Amino acid sequence: MIARLRAFGAFWYDFIVGDDWRVAVCVIAALAITFGVSRSQVPAWWVLPAAVVLVLPWSLWRARRKR
Amino acid sequence: MTGTGGALFAAVFLACAVEAVEALTIVLAAGTARGWRSAGQGVISALIVLAAVVAVLGPALTAIPLGALRLLVGALLLIFGLQWLRKAVLRASGHKDLHDEDAIFSRELAAARDAQAERRWVVTDWYAYTLSFKGVLLEGLEVAFIAITFGGNQHDVPLAAIAALCAIVAVTLAGLAAKAPLSRVPENTLKFVVGVMLTSFGMFWGAEGAHARWPGSDAALLVIAPLTALFALGLVALLRRSAPSRETAPRVAALEMERS
Repeated sequence: MIARLRAFGAFWYDFIVGDDWRVAVCVIAALAITFGVSRSQVPAWWVLPAAVVLVLPWSLWRARRKR
Repeated sequence: MTGTGGALFAAVFLACAVEAVEALTIVLAAGTARGWRSAGQGVISALIVLAAVVAVLGPALTAIPLGALRLLVGALLLIFGLQWLRKAVLRASGHKDLHDEDAIFSRELAAARDAQAERRWVVTDWYAYTLSFKGVLLEGLEVAFIAITFGGNQHDVPLAAIAALCAIVAVTLAGLAAKAPLSRVPENTLKFVVGVMLTSFGMFWGAEGAHARWPGSDAALLVIAPLTALFALGLVALLRRSAPSRETAPRVAALEMERS
């Protein structure tokens, strides 16, 4: 039973989070920052594009280094 | 169909076509090696489970307030899209093996031919049944996830469902006509395009869900998607410079196989 639950959890982890959990953490952090900035007078739309510009090359650099 | 409606249709159609090609390869391997009856039963069972998932999740998602839905779906699509884009960039730049349906078909076929036949309940060949059931269910879950989230967010689940169905029917008909894996479908290019679209929609809806306002409102998507594509293509060009040489490529492929 525990093995099945573990397999079920592993499937959903792999399905949503995938190969690099840091990407998921950074996306959630960027959304929190967007929400925080949107409460001020400063425009907040740029936070997620900036996060993508930083996170994607970082994740690729890590994947390339592993190989 | 509006501009965003067209983008919604294209994104769901392309994503679902890619997943349908992968599912078709597995079903073809199961059917060719073991027989079509059990493989067909596996496909039907998986479609019933998928229909139940869509029937439960679809209305549940539309009941969530739009702001919260956009935040949740934006986060999921952005995480999902970045993973697709990451793999697509690694493949396009030579750091990861290209997705090869012919190779996958041959591998599945060999494994299916070696497996023992076993009868359970009304299923005459349990191996063929589970192989096609798992293939269709796993790839179908991605199809259902994409169709429900895109459709729910745009308040147009029927359009997303039509796009998903069109993709599945087109791929199935092509597969029946060819009676072979659809290796000529430019799957790696499609995955790159889908990665760009998922990332772009994820950024757009995620930011809106977190109360940010895009300059130009919905028209911002027409700028976000091309810029994301250009950025990813730039990363491909940059990574190609350090791609493994032909001598080391087999070693990298072996490492890939060990990891997967």
